[in-house]
Order: sequence, then C-alpha cells, then structure tokens
Amino acid sequence: MSTRIFGERVQRNNDERLLTGGGRYVDDIPLSGALHVAFVRSPFARAQIISIDTSIAKEHPGVIKVYTYKDIGNLDVEMPLLIPHPALHSPKTQRPLAHDDVFYVGQTVVMVVAIDRYVAEDAARLVDVEYSDPFNCSIEIEEAVLDDAPLVHPDVPNNVAAHCIQVSGNPDKAFQEAEHYTKLKVRVDRSTAAPMECRAVAARFDAVSGELTVWDGTQAPISVRGGIASIFNLDEDKVRVIAPDVGGGFGQKVLLFYPDELLVPFAAMDLDRPVKYIEDRTENFLGSTQERTQIHDVELAATKDGVVLGLKDNFLHDTGAFIPYGIAVAQVASTGILGPYRIPNSRVEYKAIYTPIVPVTPYRGCGRPHACFAIERAMDQLADELGLDRFEVRRRNLISEDEFPYERPNLLFADGLAVIYDSGQYAKALDMIIEKINLDEFNTQQKAAAQEGKYLGLGLSFYVEATGIGPYEGGHIKVHPITGKVYVNTGLTTQGQGHETVFAQIVADQLGVSPEDVILVEGDTGAFDWGVATYASRAAVVSGNAIHLAAQKARKIVLDAAGNMLEASVDDLELGGGEVRVRGSDVSVSLAAVATACNPLRYAFNEAAQAATQFAPAARSDEPALGDGRAPGVETTAYYAPPHATWAYGVHAAIVEVDPGLCSIDIKRYICVHDCGNMINPTIVEGQVMGGVAQGMGGAFYERVEFDSEGNPRNANFMDFLVPYATEVSQIELHHIETPSPLNPLGVKGVGEAGTIPVAPVIASAIEDALKPFGIKRLHHVPLSPNSIYEALQESGGDFNSKL
Amino acid sequence: MKTHITTTVNGEPEEFLCETEQTLLDILRDELNLTGSKEGCSSGDCGACSIILNGRLVCACLVLAVEAEGQKIETIEGMADGEELHPLQKNFLKDAALQCGICTPGFLIAAKALLEKNLNPTEKEVRYWLAGNLCRCTGYDKIIRSVLNTAEEMRRK
Ligand code: FES
Ligand code: FES
Repeated sequence: MSTRIFGERVQRNNDERLLTGGGRYVDDIPLSGALHVAFVRSPFARAQIISIDTSIAKEHPGVIKVYTYKDIGNLDVEMPLLIPHPALHSPKTQRPLAHDDVFYVGQTVVMVVAIDRYVAEDAARLVDVEYSDPFNCSIEIEEAVLDDAPLVHPDVPNNVAAHCIQVSGNPDKAFQEAEHYTKLKVRVDRSTAAPMECRAVAARFDAVSGELTVWDGTQAPISVRGGIASIFNLDEDKVRVIAPDVGGGFGQKVLLFYPDELLVPFAAMDLDRPVKYIEDRTENFLGSTQERTQIHDVELAATKDGVVLGLKDNFLHDTGAFIPYGIAVAQVASTGILGPYRIPNSRVEYKAIYTPIVPVTPYRGCGRPHACFAIERAMDQLADELGLDRFEVRRRNLISEDEFPYERPNLLFADGLAVIYDSGQYAKALDMIIEKINLDEFNTQQKAAAQEGKYLGLGLSFYVEATGIGPYEGGHIKVHPITGKVYVNTGLTTQGQGHETVFAQIVADQLGVSPEDVILVEGDTGAFDWGVATYASRAAVVSGNAIHLAAQKARKIVLDAAGNMLEASVDDLELGGGEVRVRGSDVSVSLAAVATACNPLRYAFNEAAQAATQFAPAARSDEPALGDGRAPGVETTAYYAPPHATWAYGVHAAIVEVDPGLCSIDIKRYICVHDCGNMINPTIVEGQVMGGVAQGMGGAFYERVEFDSEGNPRNANFMDFLVPYATEVSQIELHHIETPSPLNPLGVKGVGEAGTIPVAPVIASAIEDALKPFGIKRLHHVPLSPNSIYEALQESGGDFNSKL
Repeated sequence: MKTHITTTVNGEPEEFLCETEQTLLDILRDELNLTGSKEGCSSGDCGACSIILNGRLVCACLVLAVEAEGQKIETIEGMADGEELHPLQKNFLKDAALQCGICTPGFLIAAKALLEKNLNPTEKEVRYWLAGNLCRCTGYDKIIRSVLNTAEEMRRK
C-alpha cells in the first residue's frame, strides 16, 4: 500500500493519443475560417529599406491585408529586453517588422494575411521592397570586434553588446605560484535547436467577450500572456495563451517575442478573424533563434602534479544581430568553465558581439557545451603536457564529497545568485566510468587493433549543470468529487519531457491514487496562470516540488475530512487504491466521496453528495458550513522558489575507431555516468539523457549553421544542415548515481540538458587518442568533420601516409 | 479550377476537391481532418509526413493531391484496429519510444512499411530503413529497440 511510486519506471501516460495521430499541436487545432500569415523577409544582412510597395500583393486574389511597420500601430516598437544585466551596456532588440534598416537575412519586413498559406506565400513574393546597396558586414566575431570592423548597430562601437569580468579567489597569485601553464584556444560553431515542430502561432479574438486566445508552440505561455497583455494594454484575464502539444523546443521556443507572436494576435484582433502562422523549415533556420559560437582563450596554472591552481578564460560570444535574451548564454558559460574542479582562483572575461545574422538565445546546453569543451580539452592537454594520465589529472582536481556545499566566492550565475554546488559524488562517478569502460581491456584492445592497422581511441569528459533555477513555479491540485480523479496544474509546459507522468507520480504518492488517475493540465493560462516557463532544466525541480507541496496540503485535507467521516484518528488512516482506510480494517471511504463531502452542498447529485447536503445527518451542525479559513473541496495550491540552482553532473566516455585514410569515425561504445539527484522516473531520465547525447553528437560532428561572408545562410534546410538520423547515433550505455539535492524536498536535480553538454569534448578526446600514433594536432574546434580530421593529420607533420 | 479526386483512405472510400498545387499532406490535414501526419520540413527530409501509398512508403509532402486519384492511402489514423493498437504502437508505448510525439506517426508508418516487407530485420536494417525519419528528442535508441521487439513478437505469432 505504501510502495512509493516516485522512482518507479511508470509508463508514460500521455502517449496513446500521440501514437494514434491524436496529438494536437498548434497546426492541428481546428480553427474554422482561419486566415494564414506569410512574411516577406530581408534578403540582406545589413541594408536600408528605401521603399515598400505592397500594391500588387494587395490586389492578389485571396489576400485580406498586407501589413508594413506603418500598419501595426503600437506594435512598431523595439521588443522587450527580457533579462537586463549591468554588463549589457548596449542592448538592442528587434522590431516586429523592420523599420528603416534590416539587420539580418530573414528579418521580417512585411506580413501578408490571406485565405490560405499558398495564397499568402504567393502574395508575399509580390511585395516589392527596395533596399539600399547592402552594407559591409563582418560575420566572424574575431573580426567584428576589431576597431575598423563594420558595425551592425552604428551606435555600438566594436559591435560589443556586453562586457563582463568575473573574478574568484586570487588568480594573479595563483599564476605566479604555478609550476606549469597550459594554454589553448577553442571554438564551438553556430548551431540551432531545429525542433521537429517548427514554431507556430494561432489567435482568435472574441469581440463579444473581449477575450483573446492565442495558441503558441512556446515554452513560456504565462510569460507570453503577460507580455501580450502588456503590449496590447489588455487585462491579463482577457488573454489566454495555450501551449498545446509542442513538438520539441530545446530553448528555441522560450524567447518572447518572436515577431509572429505579436503580429498574429494583432491581425486576429484587427481583422476579427482567426489567424495563424505556421513557420516552415527554412524560416526556422532564418527567423528562429540559434546559439553556440564562442571562442575561448583558456589558460590553466597548475602544479607539476597536475593540480590546477588557477584559470583564466577570455572569450568572445556571438549574439547575432540582437540580444533579446540578454547575456544568459555567455554568463552560463562564464561560470560553467570551472566544471567539477576545485580551481579556487579564476578570472573570466567575455564580450558579447553583434553579428548581422540570426539572433542568439539559449539552445539546449546554453553556454555549457562551449565551456565544457574548453575546460575538458584543457584538462586533457594538461595531462598530456605533464605526462600524466587523463583520468588521474581529473581525480586530483575534482571537488570531493566532503567539500559540499562548495561555493565559488564572488561568482554570479545566470540567475544573479551565488555559484554554490550543492551536492555530488564526483570521484565515485570517475571510478564508475573507469570500471564500466574496463580500462585494462581497452588498453589491450587498443594495442591489438594497432597491430592490425586499426586506430582505437578512448575519450572522456566531465560536466556540471546548474539546474532548476528560480524564480518560482506553482502547483495546483483538485480532487474531483464524482470520479476521484486528481487534476494537477502548473504554469510551465512540456515539449515531450513527460511531465504528465512524473508529476502524476509525485501526486500519486501523496494521495494514494494510481498515476493514471492523476491528470495534468499545464501550458494553459486558463488552467493556472502563475509561473514562469520551461528552461534551464527546471521543471522537475521547481514545478515538481511545488506540486509535491500542494499534494502534501491536499493529503492533509483528505486525512482530516476522512477522519471525521470515519470517526477515526488521522494517525490510524492510510491512503491507497483511491481510498482512505482505517489501518488494519475494512472501514474506508473513497477519495471521490471525501472530495464530495468537503464541499457543503445544497443540491445532491449522487449518493455521496446526499451526505454533503444540509439535511444529511453528517452535515448537521450549528456552525457555518465552512469553518474559518476553510475552502470547499479538496483543492490546494503551493509554490516553490529554489534558494539557488542545484548542480547536476556526470562523466561520459567513448571508444571510437578512426580510419585515418577515410577520416571516418565509428563510435564503438558510448558510456554515460550521470547524477541528477533522486530520479522520479528512470525511464524518462534515460530518454532525456539519450536525446541529449544525440543532440550532442549532432554538435560534435554535424550541426553547423553556415553563413557566407555577406551573411547569407548557406544550409537552411535539412538536406544541408545535418541532423543525426538513426544511422548516426550509436547505442548509449547509461549508469545512474543518485545524490539527493539538499535544496529541495524531493531531492531532485534537472536532467533535460545534461546529455548534450559533454559529447563534443568526449569525441575530440577519443579521436586524438586514436590518432596519437600520428601525433595529430589538437582538436579544438567543433563540429569535427572528416575534413577537420584530415587537416589535423596533414598538419601533424608526422609520416602520415606511410602508416596507412 | 479544382480537381475531383477519388481515393481510398484507411480502407474507406474518400473523395475531395483540390487545387493542382496542393500537396497530399495538406489535403489530408486540412480537408480530411487527418492531422496525424505532420509537416516537419515539406522537402522530403524528415519523414514526419510519412504515409503508405499503394503499399509504398512515401512522404506526403512530396505527393501532389491530384496524384492520389485511384490510389490507396494509409495514414497513422488507420494503424490501430479500432481500440486495438497495432503491435508497433503497443511497443512504442511500452518502450517509451517517443517524447514530444511529433515525429512518432512518421516513425510508426515507416516501421510498419518495413515490417510488412521484412519481419526479420537486423538492427542495421532498421536503422537504415528509418534513416528517412528525423527525431530530435529520443536519440533513436528506444525507437530502434521497439521496432526490433515488435518484429520478434510478430514473428512468434
Ligand atoms: S514534411 Fe515531408 S518529409 Fe518532412
Ligand atoms: S519525439 Fe520529438 S521529435 Fe521525435
């Protein structure tokens, strides 16, 4: 009866719908008579708009209206800067429709609304926008920051949007005292989340009630609602934002606002018709935000034994043409660079640089993959330079179990709070991965393979991830009187992470029901409208704990009421099987009946309800029907605000075979050891990690959004931008450690982004190890392609051909 | 001028009117309300729109609706036998082979087409057959296991 459902491999409980074609993503919502939007987008990175002629487009049959910046009233403003920061001295955000200048290829210039998507897109081609000659521009951040570089925004010198320095300890002293210095420069290229569902927005305005309903494939419905209400000057209660089923997000869908998120509701109100915009794949590459390019110059100061005393990192961060999400990505990188290592002294300096290409906001990993690549490549190099084992160098620097909580004085994380690692067993993770790799066996295999002219390599990388940041989320619980089913709401939303299942498990434990009887409704401001969004691997931590607290309150109400109904002491009651029972007896009452009885009734609708009406003996009392401070029903709300982030971590390793002739790589084994605190559902955790690793493999090998020197995207489709298919992702071996977080009641940490973070350094480390006989140059640039391996072999100067 | 098309969809006769430029995917979704087939790219690269046309696995985004005249169309909506899920659907459910679910109809249809041709595929064959379908959430492994498990189960029957 009291078996805990938390921690069990409960089957995902929302899938039958999705498996039978019953998923309801924005484009699947039936909206009769809906109009469709198509955008005219800038063909230039930087240019001035001289004139816009919409006359022919307007005449096109089926076109309802064509909007330029002149036609959108109050919306012709710069969109909000979401996360201001003192270091962000020159913030620039975009207007919904370009006004005067364009700043990147793909920027929205004109909106066409027509009877269907075909007509809208045809008409968009009939809009004549005249531009000046395109301005010079600099796509490369290292060039863009130079004194004579062309400027993206004329009033932002050197294209520097933000400049930030964070110092912890005394790095200068550490560098004086060190015996060895390791220096390197690493680079991660631009990528994009490419969720399988592109972004989508639909809106309907009800002129009678004055209510605006917006269906938005967003990770942040409540924040979108707040923003729309504020920009359109409407009461929040008149705006309902629903994120229905959302086909993946990975950060790309957390920005507010994309132009369409404002323009579609605007058009729906203006035209008094439902309007929708379904982004196509090319537009997802042109207009939805991207991430990743950073160049780090890292230096370690160490003892001869490989103990790192200090770190200096100076990096450039590409923020694209605008910086609506502030410096979150760079800030996360700037603290993540110290990894799981003690490194007591550090100085990190970065600049966020404008480039005239798609703006940057967080993509799964958010600055961590870059920082992890930098520090982990540095640790490998340090080991190599000192002639030490790569595993051993890490062991000497890992924060040990008895050092938690481990604070990094003076550093601030991206949530503005202190960097305090809450718990972990880093050395245990290292031991575990060594055991799982079976190092001795690998060494033998590597030698044997070399005899046959085959090149095996082993790579590894640690990672840490600050998860579950604030400000807060809420949980609302209501037990239904008729069915006894438990409805749960929270403000954030899912893009496939299985919230319906894990949150149900949390509630099921408290209320003694089966998880199938717990129904989660989230992502709908009409259901619950306090909260923030899904980002920073925070749903399980922040909403999970809020829901847990609400469920505890509901449990108390149920027990008190059942105690009265059964005339038993609360201590003698137990919950299970959807009922409350007096322990050791067959006296019980169903949860549905308790919920009914908790609501003093005038009218009976069934037998249980009769007992709750005024003339029923059980309800007779001289007191008011509801005691002081009591609300009707079993309904509770609670909120959880974390004190600061909780730090998950892990270590990955891979064994690869490299064919130096073809420069091809075959991943023989990929092993993860990870710790996300107490696991609510290991099956779901595995899904998160495996999906993350697959995206990490994309980042390690394939995913590079390419622009030519004029800022034109060169691979804005799935033929040319390579996302791994089933043929590219290897099987993944997964091992769990569970170190509870002391920060929250459930002891959980986030896991959504974890898998993605360390893959690139693991692969680079493995390839280097495999090609050691050739003495190849260090692999410091991802994604790694056969080309880059070929170049590294050519530059190695070693006798490359004779070894083949 | 709209064209009148007569087809069979999931075993039932179906007719519709369409413009010559309309894709079969759009007609299925917008006219026939069969929104289980999804648009992931409109260029034949992601498989989210996979359907079976006269026994052949195709991308509905690359088929014009007018080409469907006289053809037999199978979509995700016809995969279960009433309430009884197809073995692939059952195993996807059991093996947690989906997350956001937007790619799932495409994978199921593609896997069904594979198992109709070859009930004893190797892992490599499954991976290569499904290499027309993109999934951004799962990392594929659970999908592949699920298809292999289903094949084994169906062989035993
Ligand atoms: S939508 Fe048809 S293959 Fe992607
Ligand atoms: S489950 Fe989301 S894309 Fe496959």
